[in-house]
Amino acid sequence: MVATNAYVPHAAGYVDNDGPKIVTSRFLHEDSYTLVRALATGGYDGLKDALRRSPAEVAGEVKNAVLLGRGGAGFPAGIKWGFMPPVWPRYLVVNGDESEPGTYKDRLLMERDPHQLIEGCVITCYALGLNQCFLYVRGEMALAQERIAQALNDAYAAGYVGKNILGTDVSIDVVLHWGAGAYIVGEETALIESLEGNPGRPRLKPPFFPAAKGLYLKPTIVNNVETLANLPWLMVNGADKFRSYGSEKSPGTRMLAISGHVNRPGVYEVEQGVVTFRDLFYGEQFCQGIRDGNALKAFVPGGGSAPWFFEDQLDLPIEASEVGSQGSMLGSGAIMVMDETTDIVKACLRLVRFYARESCGKCTPCREGTAWEEKVLQRISDGHGRPEDLDLLLEIGQSISPGDYPVASFISEDLDPVPFPPKQTTICPLGPSSVAPITSAVRRFRSEFEALIPKSELISATAPTVGPDAVEQLEVSK
Amino acid sequence: MTATESTEAATGVPFFLNGKSLTANKGELLIDACERNGVHIPRFCYHERMTPVGMCRMCLVEVDTGRGPALQPSCMLPVTPEMKVQTENEVTQRAQSGVLELFLINHPLDCPVCDKGGECPLQDNAYSYGPGESRFVEEKRHYEKPIPISDLVNLDRERCILCDRCTRFSKEVAGDPLIHFMGRGSETQVNTFPDHPFSSYFSGNTVQICPVGALTASPYRFKARPWDLTATESTAVIDGTGARIALQSSQDELVRVLGVDSEAINWGWLSDKERFGYESANSSSRLTEPLVKTGSGQTSDIGFAPIRWNNALARTAAALGANPERVGVIGGARLSVEAQYAWSKLLSKVALISNVDADLGDGIPADLALGLPRASIAETVAPGSVVVLMAGDPKEELPTLFLRLRHAAVEDGVSIVEITPRRTSLTKHAALSLHPRPGALGSVTEAMANGSFSGTVGGVEGSDLQAAAELLGSDRPVTVILGRANLAESSDFLRDAVQSILTIAPNAKFLPALRRGNLMGAFEMGLAPGFGMGGVPTEGGCSTEQILRAVVGGQIETLLLLGADPLSDFPDRALAAQAFDQVTNLIALDTFLSSSSTLADIVLPAAGFGEVDGSFLNIEGRLSPIQAKVTSKGQSRDDWLIAVGVAASLGADLGFSTLEELRIDLSANVASFSQVDWINLGRGDDGPLLDSTRDWSPEFGERKAVPAVDGYGLALVVDHKLWDLGTLVQNSATLAGLPEKAGLALSRSDFEKLATEEGERVTIETERASANLVVTIDDSCPRGTAHIPFRLPGFDVGELISVSSPVTTIRVAR
Ligand SMILES: Cc1cc2nc3c(=O)[nH]c(=O)nc-3n(C[C@H](O)[C@H](O)[C@H](O)COP(=O)(O)O)c2cc1C
Ligand code: SF4
Ligand code: SF4
Ligand code: FES
Repeated sequence: MVATNAYVPHAAGYVDNDGPKIVTSRFLHEDSYTLVRALATGGYDGLKDALRRSPAEVAGEVKNAVLLGRGGAGFPAGIKWGFMPPVWPRYLVVNGDESEPGTYKDRLLMERDPHQLIEGCVITCYALGLNQCFLYVRGEMALAQERIAQALNDAYAAGYVGKNILGTDVSIDVVLHWGAGAYIVGEETALIESLEGNPGRPRLKPPFFPAAKGLYLKPTIVNNVETLANLPWLMVNGADKFRSYGSEKSPGTRMLAISGHVNRPGVYEVEQGVVTFRDLFYGEQFCQGIRDGNALKAFVPGGGSAPWFFEDQLDLPIEASEVGSQGSMLGSGAIMVMDETTDIVKACLRLVRFYARESCGKCTPCREGTAWEEKVLQRISDGHGRPEDLDLLLEIGQSISPGDYPVASFISEDLDPVPFPPKQTTICPLGPSSVAPITSAVRRFRSEFEALIPKSELISATAPTVGPDAVEQLEVSK
Repeated sequence: MTATESTEAATGVPFFLNGKSLTANKGELLIDACERNGVHIPRFCYHERMTPVGMCRMCLVEVDTGRGPALQPSCMLPVTPEMKVQTENEVTQRAQSGVLELFLINHPLDCPVCDKGGECPLQDNAYSYGPGESRFVEEKRHYEKPIPISDLVNLDRERCILCDRCTRFSKEVAGDPLIHFMGRGSETQVNTFPDHPFSSYFSGNTVQICPVGALTASPYRFKARPWDLTATESTAVIDGTGARIALQSSQDELVRVLGVDSEAINWGWLSDKERFGYESANSSSRLTEPLVKTGSGQTSDIGFAPIRWNNALARTAAALGANPERVGVIGGARLSVEAQYAWSKLLSKVALISNVDADLGDGIPADLALGLPRASIAETVAPGSVVVLMAGDPKEELPTLFLRLRHAAVEDGVSIVEITPRRTSLTKHAALSLHPRPGALGSVTEAMANGSFSGTVGGVEGSDLQAAAELLGSDRPVTVILGRANLAESSDFLRDAVQSILTIAPNAKFLPALRRGNLMGAFEMGLAPGFGMGGVPTEGGCSTEQILRAVVGGQIETLLLLGADPLSDFPDRALAAQAFDQVTNLIALDTFLSSSSTLADIVLPAAGFGEVDGSFLNIEGRLSPIQAKVTSKGQSRDDWLIAVGVAASLGADLGFSTLEELRIDLSANVASFSQVDWINLGRGDDGPLLDSTRDWSPEFGERKAVPAVDGYGLALVVDHKLWDLGTLVQNSATLAGLPEKAGLALSRSDFEKLATEEGERVTIETERASANLVVTIDDSCPRGTAHIPFRLPGFDVGELISVSSPVTTIRVAR
């Protein structure tokens, strides 16, 4: 039984380190994605362990482990599972839509060890007393699709999925579903809409909390790929061992996807709360420093939606509550590093443009606000900014995320951090995500924006001024 | 506070609104609870009659449910105990003005040329809650200015604020999901898919509920400005549902009809016929003066000359007064209850004419409409009840009632059992669909009543009969919607079916599906054979069919048409034509020259829709006011005044010369009207349901024999479409082109026997006539039936129908 590999994996891949390996133990094997390799390295032992116990015991183990969700919000999986009312049918939906800017760790888990994920799915289904799991994989991830499909076929044939799993009376189906290319379907309720065949637009919570009213309005648990990939190890090794890694609040490890101006970008599995950002960026085992020996300018600690950190936060341990209290989030575990050569206005524009293009358009503040932000930033970047545009950008942000927006402190300016999360006028957090780069960049690097704004005497000649006349001018000159 | 309100309050949900302690009803949405307590929260996407979606974010308010204050959409949030709500604090105000600014950045602000300007929620909210000035200096979003998305509706995507009202309405309320969101982010637009226009019978509702001028209706576009409009509340008289409407006029011309949210009837919705049919009132073909026939009498030579009213009335009186038993009167459903009363009094008390029928042989017999226990619309659609549909497709015949039925089946657990000759628009929501072969309705329901569930009966499987019998026999309330599903099938079968259903469900109630305007009023006023005013049985009197036969037989020589067009509407074309050929005196009271009134000797022009005051009795027996909004055209007169005039010419006095006097007389003479408060009729409520209990019941008599099946032929099913060649549709400029061409529809298996192609012409034949029609496959036709709609362009199917045959069988050949 040999799986074919028709694609070359992305070069920026997994980088090994000395820390504990909970989800990446098979990654270094060339054939890590095959059933043969999985079985040779303890694959499906976790499932066997689980099936020997009652579903409640399995769920209890997960609860005791304090397994925090790895999709972004960091909610404990065991507690989420407990929200399901006793209603059947119920579903498990696995979120493999990974599209958060900078994030590529789920992709590796799906490409390199699909059996670990499938095993995690089946364990979860068993624990939740359900028999239908949908694996929603981002449309662009062709290799992941192919490998999961092959792995599913093999697992079905070998009796790990399907009818009467391993001779028990447990029957569970896992259905692979291919996304259609929209970031927003990573949001769990939009994902459910998409799975139902509708355009991917988030539902409102309340009342549509998936655990109560999810897929086909039935109780549904949505978990991230990495969250479930932890389960086989957890079943074999137990909650106590799991909690012996990481910190008290955030046990275990996290997959961190590092990109940007470091010498060795890649995905690292690190113990939570133990390693600091400084260790990660400069450590020999990890990224081995900023490129060309440059100075760090800013970094995004948890995916494009996270407010930026600066040198002041380098010594923070990489742990969700620490990062949250300091004004950002660990989110999807995607860390983007910007060195001193970075054009901050362009970086900000690039991220904002992403959110404007990916807004689903369902609610007004995000649909209109993100597009407006992009236009203003583009204009500034093109050299047609007006002095009032910077405050305008912050004001538009206020219409999407009212009140104090989370920011990191910078001691040099004697500013206190505003903890995560932001408030929102929108349906989902996508709109507020667009405010993160703006608030972070404009507050810290205002002068770089101002440098692009023409001097006042030039303004009237090059850019329209505010007021009705300006609108007229633009429409006429169309 | 009334007693019931205070008990509600005692059991209600306490909450704090801007610091004031108040009570909400259980489950009440915050936005509604605030409104009820006098605090208006701005909104765009929220609509009381549709599922809230919380998309526009205009209704955000700061809410604290114990976990700290947060902005929440009040349209999505049921009030919970001790909830603290701030609708006016700075946080709420900033959020609302922020949302409004964002709405406006891409809005074209072409208010001066926008139909909505002056009555626009976006304008109003912008003034009340908006920031006052825009900070947006970028290029706005541009789309091609209005694109037609149907024959009636235009869409201007630049103005659209993407509130999901139109899209939600089309999916959720109308069940015609033809208008959608497309694209995403700021490129999101509302549109239709190519080749799938928004051709819904209910499209006009989206124009009414669109909070901006993005959706406009062709008939109203650029016709008036809201501040030039005056309005009055009235009732739609197009079908028996009697939807509540607002009539709007400008410069003494009707320019718009809007739906009024009546809890009992239409929930604010209208069909496009009810909404746009007002166009016919403004038509230049309206009759404006009394006419007398001129010429030799040869059809080619017929012409009309105007005459004076006095003269016309005198001639009418002379024709009616001469020999009462040789006079037949057909029609009256177009008239107001008051006019029906006046005419009924004139005919029965002065002229002593008893051959009067407001039905044209295309509805149900008057005794069934009047004498069966009546259900209100609300009872019919009450959650958990069972509805038996033995009528034509409600979407085609009573479209606003269809919306209530659809909602009941989809949302409220109402089980619909349809017993119809073919599938209807409710089939997909029905618990059971039984399709008896034409002529077998009586035997099918009899088998249900007898518990004979083996084999098939009349084309219906025994298991379906059993399931239907069980549903009807359950302890759930049962309402039968009783109408005429097939004009090519005798209504006697309906009588047999009613008898059987009453054995299974003795407490069943009935809602007569009368599609012709105020037919219920006409019956109640005694414009029915065998009935006097108030549904009191009388001796004698011919039905329309009998009148036409008597004309042919020479026993009747004078016909009076009260706004009726038997030549087009009576199902048996040959009989009607022969009668009109033979009749000696023909007098027509009408608003237009129809096929029938064109042949009249005297034409009396009547005031039309929107021009008369009066009232309307809908199918459930609810009396609601009809109001005049504009002056009547030319010399046309109120129908009741014409009756008074004819009476005067006969030297009689009907006893009233004003509408008020007429109403007093009516209340004094018709028991069910004795309690009517005419002055306050329909003010602030939906109008009273009048007592419809009788001291008699319909007689069922001998059951009709099931006609033999002709193995070589197909049983003809003829029913109505909403858009047809009817006077109203044809005289409304925008609607006239909507009827589709007549065609023959067959089940797939019958079609395949023909060995032809869809869209090809085939020959159809009966003993009477033959024709050439385009054939299509239609899964709604059971095997052995052939469907041709009534009164469509291209072919008059009435030519095939003979009222003396219980069913009509046709032969089809390539
Ligand atoms: C805009 C947006 C995008 C998201 N994208 C993803 C994603 O790509 N993958 C993911 O697992 N979770 C994503 N989430 C989080 C999910 O909504 C959800 O919280 C998560 O899948 C739950 O799984 P977990 O509890 O295992 O973390 C996203 C959330 C938002 C608001
Ligand atoms: S915040 Fe943006 S992405 Fe989320 S629902 Fe609103 S429009 Fe869609
Ligand atoms: S067209 Fe009107 S009703 Fe439809 S979404 Fe746009 S604004 Fe709303
Ligand atoms: S009215 Fe509540 S969100 Fe639109």
